[in-house]
Amino acid sequence: MDDFDEFDGDGPEVVKRFMYVNRRAPYGTVYALECLETILIAAAFEQDVSVVFMDDGVYQLKKDQDTAAIGMKNFSPTYRALEGYEVEKLYVEKESLEERGLTAEDLVVPVKVLNSAELQEIMAAQDVVLSS
Amino acid sequence: MKFGILVNEGPFTHQASDSAYRFVLAALEKGHEIYRVFFYHDGVNNANKLSEPQSDDRDLVKLWSALGTEREIDLVVCVAAALRRGVKDDILAEGFRISGLGQLIEAGVESDRLVVFGD
Repeated sequence: MDDFDEFDGDGPEVVKRFMYVNRRAPYGTVYALECLETILIAAAFEQDVSVVFMDDGVYQLKKDQDTAAIGMKNFSPTYRALEGYEVEKLYVEKESLEERGLTAEDLVVPVKVLNSAELQEIMAAQDVVLSS
Repeated sequence: MKFGILVNEGPFTHQASDSAYRFVLAALEKGHEIYRVFFYHDGVNNANKLSEPQSDDRDLVKLWSALGTEREIDLVVCVAAALRRGVKDDILAEGFRISGLGQLIEAGVESDRLVVFGD
């Protein structure tokens, strides 16, 4: 990350609820990787950040990723660093996990599993929703 | 109302940038304020002045550029996403500026609504 210099360290004047909605598989497109960069910046700006993983986005958190054969960097360990940025609200949609035969134990970080109606409620309470 | 705009796609593969552009025009027309347009992912390609669409096609780089220069809309290209894609100051269309992702977060904080254009 090269743009932390804009943060003056005095704390933000306004804190808003930022929700990132990850809907895509980690590889195949760049969205997951670049979204993760944005999440880290929002956290550095001390906003109230939460992250949702749904649809194929749940694969971003899958344990034991091996990307050697596609020549891409495995960035899944970075999700474990989110806690260090105080990004602790990680939500995974229950239906998306189940459709893919996954459980919370298959994921690299502890998450809160919520059904789509519960997620809807949390989403409606956000100030900014960024989907990618 | 004060709008922040996020454009996540380039000018050709997706309609996102066209829709964002039209949204901005319509919002201005209705007297709303555009706090900033932030270009991320392939959206940074909207700022590449080397782009040369065919003569019967719309030229979004020029259209955005004119919004930046004539209407003074703040057009910000993400530096990290831009460098990856070879978009640098020397090929940046007039009216755009390159800056960090913090500008996107700021747009989210300062605007009444942040509207995302992408897939």
